[in-house]
Amino acid sequence: MSMPVSTRKTPMPSQPPGERIRNFSEVALGYTEEMARQEAERCLQCKKAPCRQGCPVEIDIPAFIGRIKEGDFAGAIEKVKEKNNLPAICGRVCPQENQCEKYCTLAKKGEPVGIGRLERFVADYQLSQGEVEPPALATPTGFRVAVIGSGPAGLTAAADLARMGHQVTVFEALHVPGGVLMYGIPEFRLPKEIVQREIDYIRRLGVEIRTNSVVGKMVTVDELLESGFDAVFIGTGAGLPYFMGIPGENLLGVYSANEFLTRTNLMKAYLFPEYLTPIKVGRRVAVIGAGNVAMDAARTALRLGAEKSMIVYRRSAEEMPARKEEVEHAEEEGVEFHLLTSPVEIHGDEAGWVTGMTCIRYELGEPDASGRRRPVAIPGSEYRMEVDTVVIAIGQGPNPLVLQTTPGLELTKKGTIAADEETGATSREGVFAGGDIVTGAATVILAMGAGKKAARAIDAYLRQKGEKGNG
Amino acid sequence: MYPIVKKRILAPGIKLLEVKAPDVARKAQAGQFIILRIDEPGERIPLTIADFNREEGTITTIFQEVGYTTWHLGQLEEGDALLDFVGPLGRPTEIENYGRVVCVGGGVGVAPIYPIARALKEAGNEVISIIGARSRELLILEEEMRKVSHELLVSTDDGSYGHKGFVTDLLVRVLQEKKVDRVWGIGPVVMMKAVSEATRPFGVPTIVSMNPIMVDGTGMCGACRVSVGGETKFGCVDGPEFDGHQVDWDLAVQRLRMYRDEEARAQAFHQEKRGGCQCR
Ligand SMILES: Cc1cc2nc3c(=O)[nH]c(=O)nc-3n(C[C@H](O)[C@H](O)[C@H](O)COP(=O)(O)OP(=O)(O)OC[C@H]3O[C@@H](n4cnc5c(N)ncnc54)[C@H](O)[C@@H]3O)c2cc1C
Ligand SMILES: Cc1cc2nc3c(=O)[nH]c(=O)nc-3n(C[C@H](O)[C@H](O)[C@H](O)COP(=O)(O)OP(=O)(O)OC[C@H]3O[C@@H](n4cnc5c(N)ncnc54)[C@H](O)[C@@H]3O)c2cc1C
Ligand code: SF4
Ligand code: SF4
Ligand code: FES
Repeated sequence: MSMPVSTRKTPMPSQPPGERIRNFSEVALGYTEEMARQEAERCLQCKKAPCRQGCPVEIDIPAFIGRIKEGDFAGAIEKVKEKNNLPAICGRVCPQENQCEKYCTLAKKGEPVGIGRLERFVADYQLSQGEVEPPALATPTGFRVAVIGSGPAGLTAAADLARMGHQVTVFEALHVPGGVLMYGIPEFRLPKEIVQREIDYIRRLGVEIRTNSVVGKMVTVDELLESGFDAVFIGTGAGLPYFMGIPGENLLGVYSANEFLTRTNLMKAYLFPEYLTPIKVGRRVAVIGAGNVAMDAARTALRLGAEKSMIVYRRSAEEMPARKEEVEHAEEEGVEFHLLTSPVEIHGDEAGWVTGMTCIRYELGEPDASGRRRPVAIPGSEYRMEVDTVVIAIGQGPNPLVLQTTPGLELTKKGTIAADEETGATSREGVFAGGDIVTGAATVILAMGAGKKAARAIDAYLRQKGEKGNG
Repeated sequence: MYPIVKKRILAPGIKLLEVKAPDVARKAQAGQFIILRIDEPGERIPLTIADFNREEGTITTIFQEVGYTTWHLGQLEEGDALLDFVGPLGRPTEIENYGRVVCVGGGVGVAPIYPIARALKEAGNEVISIIGARSRELLILEEEMRKVSHELLVSTDDGSYGHKGFVTDLLVRVLQEKKVDRVWGIGPVVMMKAVSEATRPFGVPTIVSMNPIMVDGTGMCGACRVSVGGETKFGCVDGPEFDGHQVDWDLAVQRLRMYRDEEARAQAFHQEKRGGCQCR
């Protein structure tokens, strides 16, 4: 039954571009059982499995793929879940080309095994089989842990701590849990129902999730510790949007990517007026930046009815930080790329509405500290670009609400929390941190990895504190 | 869910709701606000904390029906509940003993001025309050304001009660007669701008409470940008109170108009569905 093994990944079925830019349904449709088994056949089951070193949570990749090969999908997902609580999410949004797939032996000669696609397949397979039985929990320890923020870092820490027998309460500022998975990443890339099911699963582990709870305002970290929590995990993410500081940035029609995506995803502005939160999308939209956030905003703009959606980025295609697949999808959908270009001013009409931008062209100079060639403005190259909506997606920083109200919590120069890389321990006893609030804006899987490590460290910290009756 | 424990109609189109939210009440201070969402398709809207009761665990809000969401909120009754209610948000008013202070409240802005005046009086200030409305029937919280002020002055635009004219007329009179150490002004944007212009020649520090359009209220989206002293600030976390002499008022007025067309559309759509809403 040996088939010739292709040097290419089994293609992913997806909605045709012309159709999908008119809806918010998922773009990539997922493998069928046949496709999954065909793709699994490509895996060489390498003894050393170099792919594993690229996975921040160390999934036993050949083992789970081997089970798919045998048609044992239930066994495959079990293997994945040993290391990863949120496989349906990671399989969709991990930047695989920089992680597991980058190290795959097959990548040397052709395309790597579609590890992410296979991970997504087994996770979806399990979800399609109905409710997932929560695993047996450890004996209750009586310890209570507060988790602040319900993004991937907080959810992972909460789930692991609950399994270890601790009583976990998650405090979330917004009205739904999930962090960026709910308010940032669009429905067409990560259906909210999938996030919801993962959250339900975590609830069934006994985790209490309290929404509408802004720590730093409603309650402080110190008050949590005083009121009976034995440890605190901070996973508040990097939610503070940066603006460019150029003239015209407060004109009507200029959004931060966070606002643009939050109105659309969290508040479902695409269902306006049925849903009451409005969003304004003009005919010509410029998105400044070229990361995942920028691609999401540019593709969202098309779906909200823009005639033209443009990425404006001051470096070149090579330096674009977005996942490769997202850039390809954006290109297929007709997003225009204006590279080596950056706005210096946004113009408006008398009523304050955006009418255009003055941009300046850049060329690439010497490599900078990040190793990427530094973009240098070309004097006199200014030109005008007609746009009526501008979305700023140049990055996010740490939200200071918790940090300002937690005395003694040491920060880095960037304003993120200084935490031990292996344990998440901070300068405050009993206070741990992980995810974007420590690393700055990074990835879902790194946030999860940090949540996992912190859960282990918190467990060890609590157990060395000694016995605590069942409370 | 956050149950409504008390409802009062204070004036035509101005209503009071007391909501049970013990965690918010525990920490609420004058000058802060909450964000609520009535139901699943609902919008998140900010309202100032007009009062709080820590023992009962309740927050009082007073609002004017200006669009669909505030109208819908006004249709709710005691025993109904709100889906989401988050706070206290924003920085509290900086309460100190400044000496003699003037608290100016216009229209529904009297509601947020009330806890500020009370706290200022408790801190030992001499509190002169000036409240106003378009006409007598729209004037709210007169008795409450009288209790927390050493002196209370009232104006109505149509002269149906108190001084005929604007609150700023009375403010200028006070400033001419007495040395004032600080002024608070809360109300419609045009009124807060007028208060700031009135105090500028007297060099009296003037605090206003900005009401930009908001989404999350935690500093995550930047919808609430206001320009203060040439710098962009986020109304929800840096404010809502700012130095009125530094605010870019034209920008503030402009930004409040951002969704005018959509607001009308939403209202028409839901009005038809629910058969109501005569607020415009
Ligand atoms: C639009 C967009 C697209 C992205 N696409 C990808 C992608 O394709 N692949 C990928 O790997 N990564 C992607 N990322 C990055 C990834 O989502 C983040 O790195 C990851 O979500 C960080 O997880 P976290 O748990 O640290 O924080 P977050 O997901 O940011 O969650 C933090 C949570 O804490 C809450 N919070 C904040 N302050 C408080 C407070 N004071 N009290 C209570 N709660 C609070 C927030 O409301 C939020 O829910 C994307 C990010 C964005 C914005
Ligand atoms: C910090 C703060 C405190 C406030 N306190 C009070 C208060 O105590 N009492 C009160 O009556 N009003 C208060 N407001 C204003 C109140 O939030 C708006 O009147 C309300 O959101 C209007 O919603 P709507 O759907 O009824 O009207 P819409 O038809 O949506 O809008 C009517 C007008 O309200 C403003 N507005 C619309 N959406 C928002 C939004 N999401 N956030 C803020 N403003 C918006 C706009 O100027 C708009 O033109 C406050 C606003 C802020 C920012
Ligand atoms: S979690 Fe991400 S990095 Fe790890 S195997 Fe899955 S797709 Fe690869
Ligand atoms: S490196 Fe690639 S081929 Fe080898 S085990 Fe991992 S996935 Fe399979
Ligand atoms: S309301 Fe979103 S940052 Fe202020």
